[in-house]
Amino acid sequence: MSVETNAKVHWIAACAPDDIDEEDVMRFDHDGASYAVYRIAEGYYASDGWCTHEHAHLADGFVINREIECPLHQGRFDIPSGKAKSAPVCVHLKTYPVRVEDGEVLLGLPVQDAS
Amino acid sequence: MPSTSAVDSTTAPSPSDPSFDARIAEQWYQPRIPRAVLKELMKRDDAAGLRNFIPWFALLVASGAVAAFTWGTWWAVPAFFVYGTIYSSSDARWHELSHGTPFKTRWINDAFYHLSSFMTIREGYWWRWSHARHHTHTYFQTRDPEIQVTRPTKVLPIVADFAGLVGCTLEIGKVVRHAFGRVDAATDAFLPASEKPKMIWSCRIYLAVVLGTIALALALHSFLPLMFVWTPRFYGGWLHQLLGLTQHAGLAVNVKDHRLNTRTVHTNFVFRFLYLNMNYHLEHHLLPMVPFHALPRLHDAIKDQLPPAYPSVYAAYREMLPALWKQRSDPKHVIERTLPAA
Repeated sequence: MSVETNAKVHWIAACAPDDIDEEDVMRFDHDGASYAVYRIAEGYYASDGWCTHEHAHLADGFVINREIECPLHQGRFDIPSGKAKSAPVCVHLKTYPVRVEDGEVLLGLPVQDAS
Repeated sequence: MPSTSAVDSTTAPSPSDPSFDARIAEQWYQPRIPRAVLKELMKRDDAAGLRNFIPWFALLVASGAVAAFTWGTWWAVPAFFVYGTIYSSSDARWHELSHGTPFKTRWINDAFYHLSSFMTIREGYWWRWSHARHHTHTYFQTRDPEIQVTRPTKVLPIVADFAGLVGCTLEIGKVVRHAFGRVDAATDAFLPASEKPKMIWSCRIYLAVVLGTIALALALHSFLPLMFVWTPRFYGGWLHQLLGLTQHAGLAVNVKDHRLNTRTVHTNFVFRFLYLNMNYHLEHHLLPMVPFHALPRLHDAIKDQLPPAYPSVYAAYREMLPALWKQRSDPKHVIERTLPAA
């Protein structure tokens, strides 16, 4: 797994661009944490993997336009911003920068979160 | 056919065990289904939703018009029976809309959600959060707020709720209390503070509409206006209770496998239309993000992993009623479902 470091984040390779279908989400586990990586019309995005409401992984959920719907209670988050959009989720989702380079989808994880 | 037997359910979780809540969501049985198939089933479609909701609403209005026309004659009895039955199927709509799945467009979903919540006397904000707990803790005693049949069985409330006498009466009391800002500790425990003002104002709107209807009845010197709002949940609630009881009653409690505590029951087109396919209740609990119109297809995709569906409502009751009767004196008795080999 390639790791590139700058002053604020480590860029961690999560997958190849085609590993995620359009309008879909994939789970990515790294260094004891779990993330959800999204592919929507606007591009690739990433967030914490676990719903902020209860223990359900968003990679098991459903992408609708720019939103991810939790599989357990159907609460929704805005994918680019992580903003909680509909009950029963109230707490926003932490998001991470993503870039696609050299055939890889890279997640920008804070230095303390990256290995 | 599944058989009944005296199998021990697991122990109810302690109300003061916070680790149980953290663990349970990841421990439920999940069926095997390819992601591509599931994605197709999860798709939201306004047209599919409207194909049910528009005819339903048209039938509601038409049956109401016929019922009003027959008021004062004996024809009003069957006419209001039909209207009340259609009206009470707003409860199935409230349920499905609370999951946000019937429509792709959120405002359509929300508009029908608040309308059906009012109609079925389930205040929308309170019940959205309450129902989330039902899905997290399905049929776990001390946790699930929607266990319809207590253990040991109390027969009278079950029978009385065919006329909504227990459930709807409790809900009216709750709406009145909340409208005056009297919120109990149990509600505070699961309703976020940000939702409480919305719930209180929602209850006030409910009360205003009902009080307006009462005022109209007084002005007209006629009970007729009251026959259209809330009272149908009493005189027309039989089908809701008939089908609702098949969801979980008599099955295992405190188990982490919906196949053991939830039923799927095949039934006729009219009931499926009014009940929004919630007769596929096991599939709904396994994968609640699948909308009602896709539940028959989901059933076909995973039925080899499930206990056999009941062939009819009659078949479900033929097994359920003796079990409920026995649970009056033996609360450990449950209907045991046979799981397919892994």
